Amino acid sequence: MKKNQFEKPHDSIKEPLVHIIKREDVPAWEAWGIRIVAVVLGMMVCALFIQGITDLNPFKVFGSMFNGALGSSSRIWQTLKDMALLLCISLGLAPSFKMRFWNVGAEGQILIGGLVSAALMIRFGNSMPSGILLMIMAGVSILAGAIWGLIPAYFKSRYNTNETLFTLMMNYVALQLVEFFVDIWDKKQSHSVGVINSSTKGGWMPYLFKQQFFLMVLIVAVLTIGMYFYLKQSKQGYEIAVVGESENTARYAGINVAKVIRRTVAISAGICGFAGFLEVSSVSHTISSLTAGGRGFTAIIVAWLGKFNPFAMTLISALLTFMSRGANQIASDFNFNKHASSILTGIILFFILGSEFFINYKLVFRKHGKEAA
Amino acid sequence: MTLTTFIAWICAAITFGTIIMFGSVGEILTEKSGNLNLGVPGIMYLGAIASLAGAFFYENGNPAPVPWVGAFISLVCALVASLLGGLIYSFLTVTLRANQNVTGLTLTIFGGGVANFFGGSLVKLSGGVGQISVGTTSSAVRAQIPFLSTALGPISTLLFSYGFLAYLAVVIALIAHWVLNKTRVGLNLRAVGENPATADAAGINVTKYKYVTTCIGAMIEGLGGMYYVMDYVKGTWDAGGGLEALGWLAVALVIFTSWKPKNAIWGAYLFGFCYWIYLYIPSSLSAALAKMLGAANVTHMQNLYRMIPYIVTIIVLIIVSKRKRRENQNPASLGISYFREER
Amino acid sequence: MNESIAVRMDGITKRFGSVIANDRVSMDIRYSEILSILGENGSGKTTLMNMLAGIYYPDEGFLYVNGKEVTITSPHDAFELGIGMIHQHFKLIDVFTAAENIILGMKGEKRTYNIDEVNQKVKEICDRYGFDIDPKMKVYEMSVAQKQTLEIVKILYRGANILILDEPTAVLTPQETEKLFNILRQMRKDGKAIVLITHKLNEVLELSDRVTILRKGQYITTIPTPVANEQILTEAMVGEKVTLDIERPDPVNPQKRLSVKHLTVVNQERIKALDDVSFDVYSGEILGVAGISGCGQKELLEAIAGLQNIESGGSVEYYDKDGNTKELVGVSPREIRNYGVHLSFVPEDRLGMGLVGSMGMTENMMLKDYDKGRSPFLNRSESSKLADEIKSELDVVTPSIDTPVRKLSGGNVQKVLVGREIAAEPAILMTAYAVRGLDINKSYTIYNLLNEQKKKGVAVIYVGEDLDVLMALSDRILVLCAGHVNGVLDARTASKEEIGLRMTNLVKEEA
Repeated sequence: MKKNQFEKPHDSIKEPLVHIIKREDVPAWEAWGIRIVAVVLGMMVCALFIQGITDLNPFKVFGSMFNGALGSSSRIWQTLKDMALLLCISLGLAPSFKMRFWNVGAEGQILIGGLVSAALMIRFGNSMPSGILLMIMAGVSILAGAIWGLIPAYFKSRYNTNETLFTLMMNYVALQLVEFFVDIWDKKQSHSVGVINSSTKGGWMPYLFKQQFFLMVLIVAVLTIGMYFYLKQSKQGYEIAVVGESENTARYAGINVAKVIRRTVAISAGICGFAGFLEVSSVSHTISSLTAGGRGFTAIIVAWLGKFNPFAMTLISALLTFMSRGANQIASDFNFNKHASSILTGIILFFILGSEFFINYKLVFRKHGKEAA
Repeated sequence: MTLTTFIAWICAAITFGTIIMFGSVGEILTEKSGNLNLGVPGIMYLGAIASLAGAFFYENGNPAPVPWVGAFISLVCALVASLLGGLIYSFLTVTLRANQNVTGLTLTIFGGGVANFFGGSLVKLSGGVGQISVGTTSSAVRAQIPFLSTALGPISTLLFSYGFLAYLAVVIALIAHWVLNKTRVGLNLRAVGENPATADAAGINVTKYKYVTTCIGAMIEGLGGMYYVMDYVKGTWDAGGGLEALGWLAVALVIFTSWKPKNAIWGAYLFGFCYWIYLYIPSSLSAALAKMLGAANVTHMQNLYRMIPYIVTIIVLIIVSKRKRRENQNPASLGISYFREER
Repeated sequence: MNESIAVRMDGITKRFGSVIANDRVSMDIRYSEILSILGENGSGKTTLMNMLAGIYYPDEGFLYVNGKEVTITSPHDAFELGIGMIHQHFKLIDVFTAAENIILGMKGEKRTYNIDEVNQKVKEICDRYGFDIDPKMKVYEMSVAQKQTLEIVKILYRGANILILDEPTAVLTPQETEKLFNILRQMRKDGKAIVLITHKLNEVLELSDRVTILRKGQYITTIPTPVANEQILTEAMVGEKVTLDIERPDPVNPQKRLSVKHLTVVNQERIKALDDVSFDVYSGEILGVAGISGCGQKELLEAIAGLQNIESGGSVEYYDKDGNTKELVGVSPREIRNYGVHLSFVPEDRLGMGLVGSMGMTENMMLKDYDKGRSPFLNRSESSKLADEIKSELDVVTPSIDTPVRKLSGGNVQKVLVGREIAAEPAILMTAYAVRGLDINKSYTIYNLLNEQKKKGVAVIYVGEDLDVLMALSDRILVLCAGHVNGVLDARTASKEEIGLRMTNLVKEEA
């Protein structure tokens, strides 16, 4: 061996400039700061996109969006309505996702809830006092949604059947069921039921303070607070958290895992069914294959990004609703179709998703130690 | 049922199956790397709209468009657009470690938005009126093999009456099968999906494998989108959201195949067979059922028959979950981001 | 003999957040030598070697291999330099065969691989060192010892000259350990550099040529083994003198607490994890359970706790202080509690079974009795009181009782779990690997807690992996072998060799 065994570093030595370290205990203000920066960056990309297709300057773009979402009392109510519906579904999804039951079947559960509501409206709309009918519709829609969710939940708890695909497939079964009944109820061969009980308004949710959506928004607000306490303070909420963390721990604690799975999914899907009732009874007064309108998927994102905290979920659904109503305004100003809002929603969400990395990790640039002499 | 009807049914099944075969083979590869990409419908949308837009601009800008040039441009556009979709997904989930489920769903929303927005507005944006249509390119994509497609009567119809993409789908599925099971790259890839920490310790670049596979998978999925617009709906835009449902079916088919590309070939055709069953159920049976259910019109029953592929999927899902075999399970680390220094 | 330096580490520092895992460590590894790296859990041994294997990347410092400065950013770089590491948790793909695992990640001339050629080459290596591995066997069908052998074959196949083994004997029987050591000696003769990460003094003294000692992330010293003894090593490792004696009070007035009869449990792979197990447990004694890992220890404790499906004919009878009996088979954990049976259980998987990692101490305290009372809402006040008590009595280091327990160190997690189980005032206390991952001082805290319970008349079942501790702590030792009870020995008289033999070879019980 030569005497000088340890040669100097070669110039060609590759050295990672940067490596990634997990962060612990990021202060809340910093986490939210990072998220806000992400949203602002996302908005800037959105503005560029809109500028590209409309030649509007970016400030005007946001002016137009703001105007579309919050520009008048009726627009504010429209935005609140959309937000309440989206939030209601996410509130429904939160317990099952917290339990790590990937319920992507909200669409189907909404449709089924809406379907039974519409059926009751058609059958009893002109023969039953509206108040009683509304109560029955609410109850039955919850029940129908719950049953729709219980089917995959049963097989999940029994055979550990993959619930993601099961619930997804249930969406299409529900969709076909809705189309079937729409065709049956449709008297004009137009593949549409039309507005149900337009004269008697049987089963329509009443206006409060002259606002069509006031009652609905109020109900969802109450549900938000209720869900917060259910998840945080109730024994059932505790069981959900334990089962979600580890089924072994749950069994160790004496929790009947199968029962908790079924109960939680029933509650979760029941609320989604209830959202279908709200859509039919308070908003559209009809049923169609578009009743769920993709909200069941967007709601998953809301629940996830809000980390199952109902108040954080409220903020996120507000943001997404603002974006989509604003985008719709631009679309209608320029006579484009409504899908522009999905593009903008996607862009903003990409940025929020990416920003979580900077909350959980940090990049460290290597300090090369002093050169060995 | 006559032989002709039966053959027509099978041909329809194969055409339909081709779309989801692309989707599911792409997703099988992606999932083999441990990435659960729920953005398949979005990526298929991106591939679809890009192929349509590429062909549209070519045909619009050229007084005498050459069909095969249009098809080539269309193909390249589909591949590039779906590659971008795959890159977005990989960057977010692999580099930035975002949640795979949410990222995938967002990609589906985004892809659907881009496709339907431009599908509806492309003509208007370029200053024209009317619906988008690229007949020349579509005809090239749909071109059948000369001579063979007619020479043997029904057998020709059964085997040779499809555009080149239908055969490409089968070839890709077979190649994917070969790569996964016979090559070093395939072995390494399966290891990444099973246990990335082990693969990493064995000197496999987990990040690279996840990126490359997800992007290749996305490009294959994008071909499914191209096949949908150019062949299935013949060079127009379908604003009805049909492609999204097919994208989800492709995701479902992955489990159906127990992550084996070879199974995707017959699985996809079987799905297609089930999908079209509603057109071929004897009308006497339909009438009886309609009467039983109180449906005024026999055609209403088709709404119920259309559930069949989904219900079949559910039943298969339950049966598979009841008898577990180790080799038929999903890759063990599916859906989990990998970080070497996590401790 | 070629004693040239294989690896030189110079000022290596590695941090995880605010924790310094390695602080400016410098050391050498030589060819034709077995080097032990000795240190307690948490002393940074594994982290240091992981940087050589390319798993971690050092924050500061230099690495030299064969005299050249190198940068190892990935395991692949390590292979290129001839470095191979056998991790404590095996890096194997369960659904692959042995041969597939061996060629994993390797580059070849061709894109495809010929599995027959691989099988042949694997066989050659096996013949040379005397390994017994079937290349076509799937990993999930292998025993722990087979998996470890496979790991060694794997790095030899890649032509590694520098082998690092991370606590290889933790999962082996004494006989298997001896076999492994012979193989390592054979490799040393072949000129390979071998690093043995361990915290067992006897292994160090038996096998290695030099010992490098780490403590709290810092390099302490390197001693040639011939001049070392247990006392010197312990002092260097721990820093201060500790008594190695574990207290063992005699059982006072033992009464039968639990009678297990004909217990059979079939696991998910349809294999009998427990086969006709019968034994008794008495109050005021510690019953040690010995066995190589995966021989039914987990299933045994879980079966008693009501977490396993027990085949018909089995029985677990509980005797209360007045001699009344209750059958526990077929009863859920909650029903057992409702019977008034105080059964505490510290499972092996602390964060996966005993505690909820994402919850704080308070919420973990209520895990077993959150459903007390009729209110649909949780009662947090008692739990937070208990959490505070345990925090101060057992010195749990945590920023607050609401910090997720996942963020606590292993020792503190264990204190939270053991604290809760003891606070429930058990009649029976079952612990599985209660000191795994704890340093010596914390281990003694746990031994003392168990002895306190024993003195109070609790029947303690202690499943452990360190035979020395088992023999010092227990009153009786039950040896499990492949799901069978292979003898219950008096811990005061039994020899380590006998226990080791009974762990591996089924002995016909004389009737």
